[in-house]
Amino acid sequence: MKKKLVSAVMTVVMTAAVLAGCGSKSASSDTFKIGVIGPFTGGAAAYGNAVQWGAKIAVDEINANGGIGGVQIAFQAEDDELDNQKSVNAYNSLKDWGMQFLVGSTTSACSIAVSEESHNDNMFQITPSGSAADCVNYDNVFRVCFSDPAQGAASAEYIGSHGVASKIGIIYDSSDVYSSGITDTFVAEAANQGLEIVSQEAFTADSKTDFSVQIQKAMDGGAELVFLPIYYSEAALILQQANTMGFSPIFFGCDGMDGILGVENFDTSLAEGLMLLTPFSADAKDDLTQNFVKKFQEEHDIVPNQFAADAYDAVYAIKAAAEKADIKPDMSVSDISEAMKGAMVEISVDGLTSSGMKWDASGEPTKEPKAVVISGGVYTLAD
Amino acid sequence: MKKIKLSKEHKTYIMVIAIYIIVEILMAAGVLSSHIKGLLVPMVYYAIAAVGLNLCVGILGELSIGHAGFMCIGAFSSAIFSNLVKDILPGGIRFLLAFVVGIAFAALFGFLIGIPVLRLNGDYLAIVTLAFGEIIKNVINAVYLGFDGRGLHASFTSASAMGLDAGGTTILNGPMGINGTPRDANFTIAMLVLLITLFIVQNLIKSRDGRAIMSIRDNRIAAESIGIDITRFKILAFTISAAIAGAAGVLFGHNISSLQATSGNFGYNISILILVYVVLGGIGNIRGSVIAAGILYMLPEMLRGLNAYRMLIYSIVLIAMMLFNWAPGARKWRSRVFGRFVRKEAA
Repeated sequence: MKKKLVSAVMTVVMTAAVLAGCGSKSASSDTFKIGVIGPFTGGAAAYGNAVQWGAKIAVDEINANGGIGGVQIAFQAEDDELDNQKSVNAYNSLKDWGMQFLVGSTTSACSIAVSEESHNDNMFQITPSGSAADCVNYDNVFRVCFSDPAQGAASAEYIGSHGVASKIGIIYDSSDVYSSGITDTFVAEAANQGLEIVSQEAFTADSKTDFSVQIQKAMDGGAELVFLPIYYSEAALILQQANTMGFSPIFFGCDGMDGILGVENFDTSLAEGLMLLTPFSADAKDDLTQNFVKKFQEEHDIVPNQFAADAYDAVYAIKAAAEKADIKPDMSVSDISEAMKGAMVEISVDGLTSSGMKWDASGEPTKEPKAVVISGGVYTLAD
Repeated sequence: MKKIKLSKEHKTYIMVIAIYIIVEILMAAGVLSSHIKGLLVPMVYYAIAAVGLNLCVGILGELSIGHAGFMCIGAFSSAIFSNLVKDILPGGIRFLLAFVVGIAFAALFGFLIGIPVLRLNGDYLAIVTLAFGEIIKNVINAVYLGFDGRGLHASFTSASAMGLDAGGTTILNGPMGINGTPRDANFTIAMLVLLITLFIVQNLIKSRDGRAIMSIRDNRIAAESIGIDITRFKILAFTISAAIAGAAGVLFGHNISSLQATSGNFGYNISILILVYVVLGGIGNIRGSVIAAGILYMLPEMLRGLNAYRMLIYSIVLIAMMLFNWAPGARKWRSRVFGRFVRKEAA
């Protein structure tokens, strides 16, 4: 019996030794290490993969052109499965790898959870697409995308000032930080713009297949425009169901709507006339966008969405700030972060999502929103 | 040398303490990566939840797939408490009281839900617990809770509808959950809670009450005929089981500063995940639950190197482990290969 106990203890020791062997890689000082976190598996994989691939293209380009201040970049991406705790695990895993700059997390809730950790470590973090207001609570965190409050207000302002419609129905996901955040500020700004909210109906992540009740409420209220501050997969269902119910208002979405044309088995003619507010449009004619879209399609066979563009810009923002602050790879993570905080507010980046992007110390970017209309099955810039 | 006869229970304690000591030594020696360190507390709270669920599934014999809901109650009630008093009370006492609050709320809801639910048996009970778990999560997602000079405010519509004073803070912000909970949980406390849980559950099983509970599982009619109060013992076991899940929730809520009641945190998938730990570790086998929870929580994280294939490989490993542990053919093969080995050692 005693021997058995000894063998049991030995097993535990050996297992622990194996586990311990997994970590503690020494940091080399001749490369910059950029880590990416996002959901690469599961329902939101489209966003995480877009971010990881977009960032990879930027890293490859920078490396091919001599790196950041002559130093090459090493790149590593970790999956968080859209889960806060897993996102923190991914962050810790990247930290062991020797990460110096974090591009992530991709989604808001994960980004908030990770920012608590990165703040403790004073690691420089730039989230490409974490749009909730709380994502940039700390001074070491910056973001590339618009914040939710900014998107909601900008949408209401656009609808009001362009006279798109006056009676608005809203269908949103109350269990989602992104969706409810936009809805709150949209409703607040709509009052200033003289828009009338005729229906405001919620669904949750657990009941997102049948939207007939929400659509019916909007119909009964006589909505001319239905605002959908949600992700494209649910929006595709709403468009299909509204069509079968014979309801055809203007549909208006935010950046989460980007990607609706890529939904499998979705009749893209239903999305005709759909408007969305997004900082990136893959059919823009400038060289930077064309070049990026071409490279992205060559590698991954799909048209990049806004998430990919945000991640690409995030890497270039790191490059610009690191060169501005003259950061060397052998500096400590905390020193890099301090230097980056100072440099981020001084740089101006011409990126895919906006030209002349600037940041302030709160971490928010300054950039111009673009409204895009789907016509003829492609995104085209609205006036 | 005098032969020491160790009981099953004692071996479980020794195993947990041995793991704790080894991990602490490795941590002190600096060989544990921060990735592994971050996984330790979640691993332990899932083990605690699995032990709690095993009490319900293995000892009481009632299938519950709503235990993530009780974790959710424990996590949120204790995190709200900690946020309310974080400027008033020092860390240690605050966390102790947070445990009291979280466990009390989970036990209360376990009791309330248990009264109607435990009239049902088998599949029906499973479905109703599933529904309760989801209701708990969805209600928390709809509630806004704030605090200011005039006291607590709550709303079901939005944070602004609470009408907080200028100095007020929003504690529970609907689907955005709770941010800024002090991170009081650490590996030592988590292991201590696991040991206390094991102590309570294993002693309960050995006690008179435990035998009564198991007799209900084995033959309800016979148990009733010898005068065992079925309802009382069922509710007792279910409430303790819910309270333990609540304790796991308290650790959950204090291990991450941004807490949301998402499906990934407290959905029925997580209830089923805990059930998988219990089934794989052996229904009614308390030590097995701890081991299975530890291995299965660590596994997908250990497989990070495999990138996109890791969730696939995780599923395959799960199937392989289940077959290896419980398929009759595999058990025969195991006893043939390892049986000789064990006998030699015992001699």
